[in-house]
Amino acid sequence: MKSNFKVFLKGIIDVSPLMIPVVPFGLIFGVLAIDIGFSPLETMGMSLIVFGGASQIVLLQLFSGGASSLVIISSVGAVNSRHLLYGAVVSEHLSDLKLVWKIIISYFLIDQAFAISNEYLKRNENKNRYFHLVGAGATCWVIWQSTTFLGIILGAAIPEKLGLSFAVPLTFLALLVNDFRKLINVIIIIISGLVATLGYNYIPFKAYIIIAALLGLISAIILTKIIKK
Amino acid sequence: MSNWALIIYCGLITYLTRFSMIALIKKEMFNDRIREVLSYVPSAIFPAIIFPAIFLDNTGSFILEGNPKIIAAIIATIIGIFSRSIIATIFSGLASYWFIIFVI
Repeated sequence: MKSNFKVFLKGIIDVSPLMIPVVPFGLIFGVLAIDIGFSPLETMGMSLIVFGGASQIVLLQLFSGGASSLVIISSVGAVNSRHLLYGAVVSEHLSDLKLVWKIIISYFLIDQAFAISNEYLKRNENKNRYFHLVGAGATCWVIWQSTTFLGIILGAAIPEKLGLSFAVPLTFLALLVNDFRKLINVIIIIISGLVATLGYNYIPFKAYIIIAALLGLISAIILTKIIKK
Repeated sequence: MSNWALIIYCGLITYLTRFSMIALIKKEMFNDRIREVLSYVPSAIFPAIIFPAIFLDNTGSFILEGNPKIIAAIIATIIGIFSRSIIATIFSGLASYWFIIFVI
C-alpha cells in the first residue's frame, strides 16, 4: 500500500492542471468583491468561509444586483444542489471513513477536486485513497486563498481590458464538457441559459438562477420520459 | 442582514450540501430514475451562471453585436465537444477571446 503522503501528493499532481483557470478566477473574484463594495476582510472571509467558486460568484452577482439576502442564500443553495448528484456518485467510496474525516473532507469538496479524485477513487482500492481528495482539495484551497488575496491587493492594478472576468463563465462552461454531446443535456442547457438571460431583468427578486435551474430540471424530468420510453 | 451574516449563511449552506453529499447520501437512497434526473443537475444549473455572464453587460442589457465573449464561448464549446477536456476548453476560450480583443 502506498503511504498516505504519496496518495496526498498524487492528488496534488493530478489536480494541478485544473488549477490554471482557478488563478484568473480567484483574482477576478477578489477584484470584483472589492469593486462591489465588500471590505478586504469580508472578501477574504468569503473565500475562507464559503470556499466555493460557484457559491461566491452567485453571492457577488446577486448582491450587486440588489437581491435580498433570502434570494441570495437560496440561490447559493440551488447552485449547490449539484452536490446531491456528486454524493450519489462518490459516497460509496468514502462510506467507511471516520466522521472526523468526513467533516474535514466536506470543506475541501469543490468541483475540481471532485472531478479529479472521483476518477482515482473509482480505480483504486487502497484504504487511504481518500488522501487523494484531501491533496486535490488542499491544492485548490491554497490557490483560491492566495489568488483572492492577490486580487484584493492588486485590485485596480489589473487592467480591465484583459477581460479576466470571462474566466468565470468559461470555468463553468468547461465543467459541462461531457454533456455537450448528449441531446437532452444540450436542450436543458439552452432552456436554462435562455431563461436566466431573458429573465434576468424580469424575474422578480433576482430569482433567475433558481427559476432557470428549476425549469431546466423539470425539462429533464419530461425529456427523459419522452425520449427513452 | 449584515454582510458577515450573509457570508456565514452562504458558507453554511455550501458546507452542509457538501457534508450531506459524503456523510448522509448513499447510493441506495436514490432509485435509477432519480439518479438519471440528478445527472442533469449540472446542465440545469451552470447555464444560469454562464449565459447571463456572456450575453449581458454589467447593467443587465443585451450585448449581441461585436461581443467577443459570444464568439469565444462558441469556440470553447466546439473545442470542448471534440476534446472533452476541461483545460482545452478554458484555454481555447481565453485564447480566442484575447485574440479577438487584442489582435483583430
